[in-house]
Amino acid sequence: MTTGVSRIDARFAALKGEGRGALGVFISAGDPDAETGLAILKGLPGAGADMIEFGMPFTDPMADGPAVQESSQRALKAGMTLPGVLDMVRTFRTDDRDTPMILMGYYNPIYSYGVERFIADALAAGVDGLIVVDLPPEEDRELCLPALSKGLGFIRLATPTTDDARLPAVLKNTAGFVYYVSITGITGTAAVPTDMVTKAVERLKRHTDLPVCVGFGITTPEQAAGIARCADGAIVGTAVVNTLKASLDADGKATATTVPATLDFVRSLAEGVRNARR
Amino acid sequence: MAGTAQPNTLRSGPDADGHFGIFGGRYVAETLMPLILSVEKAYEQAKADPEFQHQIAYYHTHYIGRPSPLYFAERLTEHFGGAKLYFKRDELNHTGAHKINNVMGQALLAKRMGKTKIIAETGAGQHGVATATACALFGMECEVFMGAEDVERQKPNVDRMHLLGAKVHPVTSGSGTLKDAMNEALRYWVSKAETHFYIIGTVAGPHPYPAMVRDFQAIIGQEVKHQMMAAEGRLPDTLVACIGGGSNAMGLFHPFLDDADVELIGVEAGGLGLDSGKHAASLNGGRPGVLHGNRTYLLQDDDGQITEAHSISAGLDYPGIGPEHSWLHDIKRVKYVAANDEDALRAFALCTRQEGIIPALEPSHALAHVGTFIGDRPKDQIVVMNLCGRGDKDLGAVMPKLKAMGLMS
Repeated sequence: MTTGVSRIDARFAALKGEGRGALGVFISAGDPDAETGLAILKGLPGAGADMIEFGMPFTDPMADGPAVQESSQRALKAGMTLPGVLDMVRTFRTDDRDTPMILMGYYNPIYSYGVERFIADALAAGVDGLIVVDLPPEEDRELCLPALSKGLGFIRLATPTTDDARLPAVLKNTAGFVYYVSITGITGTAAVPTDMVTKAVERLKRHTDLPVCVGFGITTPEQAAGIARCADGAIVGTAVVNTLKASLDADGKATATTVPATLDFVRSLAEGVRNARR
Repeated sequence: MAGTAQPNTLRSGPDADGHFGIFGGRYVAETLMPLILSVEKAYEQAKADPEFQHQIAYYHTHYIGRPSPLYFAERLTEHFGGAKLYFKRDELNHTGAHKINNVMGQALLAKRMGKTKIIAETGAGQHGVATATACALFGMECEVFMGAEDVERQKPNVDRMHLLGAKVHPVTSGSGTLKDAMNEALRYWVSKAETHFYIIGTVAGPHPYPAMVRDFQAIIGQEVKHQMMAAEGRLPDTLVACIGGGSNAMGLFHPFLDDADVELIGVEAGGLGLDSGKHAASLNGGRPGVLHGNRTYLLQDDDGQITEAHSISAGLDYPGIGPEHSWLHDIKRVKYVAANDEDALRAFALCTRQEGIIPALEPSHALAHVGTFIGDRPKDQIVVMNLCGRGDKDLGAVMPKLKAMGLMS
């Protein structure tokens, strides 16, 4: 069975065959609660998400803007934990064997869980890659190298401030794809023009053969299409989380529209990306 | 510092990657890495530049008012009836606390790097005031992130920052205290990387901050060494300092780390008591984790989520501690204890009446602990406590509590 980083590789190879880029969708695990969150998660592939960035909630998400911070807080308030995140992945995998599942978050809950145990349990649950925001290459011995040695992908963020001198260090122990953060800021900030993204992707491609996905600041199907045209994938997070939030009641609880509204938005993004064949 | 062998000096840390034993490091988003590396490089160059050291010395003497006195607290010594108690009077510094020692160093570094805009986080507001002060002096723009709750309980300092021309951003995310202010300052820095310098106020954060802030604060311990030799002809037996992030303690302890006969005691904020769960004692009530760019002891739940700290003192109300303290705790060079809110309030009142010095709530914790042991120590022993801040800023919080405790009419 194809698991771990090879599932990510297989998905990008397949999309290359289709002649289009990937749509990656970020949601926080268990936002607004475990049950609703699971229904959304299960619906994502059907709505056209090619890859899922599944947020592991953390109390202090330093690199995230207000929307993702709040979604993380909602999930924590509803009782989400790291073992809970892995349970959701396990359940998701009973129906879906092909969609890459990337856990995204911060290091402390993983460190607290125990690195070796986490890697084993994540792989067993069906996780394919990790994005751990506060683990730069300087700290690769912590989690990146042990994860790679077990076949779990480790996806690195590259930013406009990552210059050519630093890029090789950033790309060295990266597997799965490279996540280009198109602005120097937190999540949920305004997008940059696609010609700048094109140039940035070209720069990255001079240093790596890995697929390059671009995120931060994509809010509409048109923007997703534009990014998917100039990169190997577009990742949308804040806009999805905002759509979910807009469906909640005054107490931040799920309503009947939460699941369909979120998935409909993802469907519109997917249509944009699918119409943007190169 | 790899392996288990004890190094022949305890003062050589951190290693090239910023680690003190397993603690410290650079756990930040890639967006911040180039910035951190540029600060590190600039600091290494500055540290070796006599002109930079000369500038710092100039401002110490003519602006901050250093050296601060080493004062024999004769009446408190009599009151306790044991060892001699000295205060290192860092509350007499310009702006009223030790914070300015570090701020001057970092502001001069920012200037050297050509940065004209400064960001800072603050808890009690002392670091924010010190930063606003240096920015006014050097004509720099200043933005301070402060938890909304702290903006409420430290109003005089908020007014000072405004007067000095700083912009204060109240932070409402999370619990609205120091931890959240630091999250927000880091977020802001990421988006303003090209133009802004972040002056961190304590010996925490990603490398090189813990080492750099310690170096700027080490003047405290260096002066104590000289002053004590002049006053008593020998080194003290015991040093005591309060600890939030731990910058005043690190500054006092570091020059003495290799003087094995000098006992070092750090006093954490015990809040409502260690058993209550409502405290800010990361070493006594937490376990190692990763937050704000470094591995260190943290208050956290079973899932690795950071829990809220509690202390009557806004300056100690932080769920972490500097990584070098975590290392000194694990190798047992420094003893870390806790004093709770009420003990600190009693010490606050005692110091005020006995010595005519209104201490900040932060060093009141240190004095509370001094009171638990100094009476049992022989009269020829010497204890030095860092009186790292003055208490004017705390009157609003303290007066009703002292009245409720019957310590004031």
